[in-house]
Amino acid sequence: MKKLKLNKHLQDNLITIGIVVVGYILVMIFSATGLLSNLLQGLLVPLCAYIILAVSLNLTVGILGELSLGHAGFMCVGAFTSAFFSRCTENTITFAPLRFLIALLIGAACAALVGFLIGMPVLRLKGDYLAIVTLAFGEIIKNIVNVLFIGKDSNGFHFSMKDSLSLNMEADGDVIINGAQGITGTPKDSNFTIGVILIILTLLIVLNLIHSRDGRAIMSIRDNLIAAESVGIHITKYKLMAFTSSASLAGVAGVLYSHNLNSLMATPKNFGYNMSIMILVFVVLGGIGNIRGSVIAAVILTLLPELLRGLNDYRMLIYSVVLIVMMLYNWAPNMIAIRKRFANRFNKKKEVS
Amino acid sequence: MALLDVEHLSISFGGLHAVDDFSVSIEKGQLYGLIGPNGAGKTTVFNLLTGVYAPDEGFIRLDGTDITRLKTIEINQAGIARTFQNIRLFKELSVLDNVKVGLHNKFHYSTVEGLLRMPRYFKMENQMNERAMELLKVFDLDRQADYLASNLPYGKQRKLEIARALATDPKLLLLDEPAAGMNPNETGELMETIRFVRDHFDMTILLIEHDMKLVSGICEKLTVLTSAVYYVRATPRRSSTIRKSSPHIWVNKTGYDIGGITCHYWRYMI
Ligand SMILES: Nc1ncnc2c1ncn2[C@@H]1O[C@H](COP(=O)(O)OP(=O)(O)O)[C@@H](O)[C@H]1O
Ligand SMILES: [Mg+2]
Repeated sequence: MKKLKLNKHLQDNLITIGIVVVGYILVMIFSATGLLSNLLQGLLVPLCAYIILAVSLNLTVGILGELSLGHAGFMCVGAFTSAFFSRCTENTITFAPLRFLIALLIGAACAALVGFLIGMPVLRLKGDYLAIVTLAFGEIIKNIVNVLFIGKDSNGFHFSMKDSLSLNMEADGDVIINGAQGITGTPKDSNFTIGVILIILTLLIVLNLIHSRDGRAIMSIRDNLIAAESVGIHITKYKLMAFTSSASLAGVAGVLYSHNLNSLMATPKNFGYNMSIMILVFVVLGGIGNIRGSVIAAVILTLLPELLRGLNDYRMLIYSVVLIVMMLYNWAPNMIAIRKRFANRFNKKKEVS
Repeated sequence: MALLDVEHLSISFGGLHAVDDFSVSIEKGQLYGLIGPNGAGKTTVFNLLTGVYAPDEGFIRLDGTDITRLKTIEINQAGIARTFQNIRLFKELSVLDNVKVGLHNKFHYSTVEGLLRMPRYFKMENQMNERAMELLKVFDLDRQADYLASNLPYGKQRKLEIARALATDPKLLLLDEPAAGMNPNETGELMETIRFVRDHFDMTILLIEHDMKLVSGICEKLTVLTSAVYYVRATPRRSSTIRKSSPHIWVNKTGYDIGGITCHYWRYMI
């Protein structure tokens, strides 16, 4: 019986990862046979980043039970810190995979640090303060990046919040972060394969966390804080653990995203409120707390508008119908009851055989 | 020496003296009852004992150590576990996982060992499963181990709460109206289970009930709590008391002599 329990989780996790692997193989086949349009090809790495973001946000929203409205902000931190590193070390660390690995660690660590600093005061409070604070954070970080100028010359680094001229650099100076123009010339160290590997890594981390001692503690806080406290669960510690991990993984998505772009800018579309809400939509439609659902929702809702491009006028119509259908499938009480019945029937059959 | 020693415990919320000069002493292995009408302050006593509120006055000693102003989780680790009057289960977790959360501080492995699924993870998880199933068996819940806690019938949810509290391996178990909402059959069965828990786990139990008959059936000793008392400042010199249950009777602060009840707390020995 208890063996069965462990195996059931394992089986569930394997299915989720299997779906990702099958998706990867399909894309590779389409790509090799030339069935993939250029547009779709360009969407693959961002898609991987969105999937990681959705899974990481689900850790905060579905597993921890707190609302974050600024998840793109953590992605932004990961993207810019790692791109800055890669841009600086492009000529010193010439082995791209190693450079990317270090960039990845830096992006994840910086996003985690910011998540920790935000979570520390806010997660102590009871109530939906996290939503408000992360919303503000997402906007602030984007605006800071837009007025940030950092350059490097033979004397070292120069820093300004005004413009690139006030960096006062020598003739050999190189502006690395150029305010609203962001970072240009980041080495293109990421690709679709790396993206899929990072998705699988993210899934392993999140799924293994959920089905562990720490994960149970986190979910017990979500379900009943007072009861969790009464059995000796350290509330702040586990809230911070979940939120910091979530922020860190969003940073990983940022690293992936930024190393696929020649020119990285912080705009409302990629790191702002719109993006945070889009990711939240993935999480809600995929099912809060349902990790596999987040992956599938992110894929469908990212690719659909592109796949439907040929249909022109009907594109957004179909897109919204799909949104509604997904919402009904996941959230309508009748649908939930029907799904439960099917699940029960399925389980019973298994027991008999 | 008594396992639990409570002396002169008091707390007020604004003008309402929810608990006023409450003392109790419980010996190891005792099944002790705390009864009284609604609003008498029974649950508040539990909240004081478990550190949900800090008392205005008085102190609490468990097994000789002062635990008066410790935090809830520290008190749990010191050895007090409780259930709640309004069931508080982890609804979206399985029955088994509810108990395993209770075992959280008894079986350790690090986050990294969990993430990388190192041997210790499997070893500890297996031990936790074994221990949790043992506990579930006591409450006849082992066959529902895979159910979501919220899918259990009401009576079983109450039992699961007790199992979860026992999982923390307490010295003292506080049960807040465990039979609330149960039919006479279920109540009888629950009382049997409580007695069994006391004997089987060698547990000391403090039990809240508002049904006197029911409690006198299993408790060896009990304390009756009368209604909470309002102190209302009438004039600068003379404060007055108003009994919460009978808001029209005003009496002097120093006397509790109303309708023949002469003391605030009275002890009833069987
Ligand atoms: N946190 C609180 N704030 C204000 N009043 C409270 C609080 N907790 C309990 N009370 C009041 O204290 C009194 C005793 O409540 P309680 O301990 O729940 O009674 P019992 O469990 O005996 O029915 C009630 O009048 C209740 O309204
Ligand atoms: Mg009560």
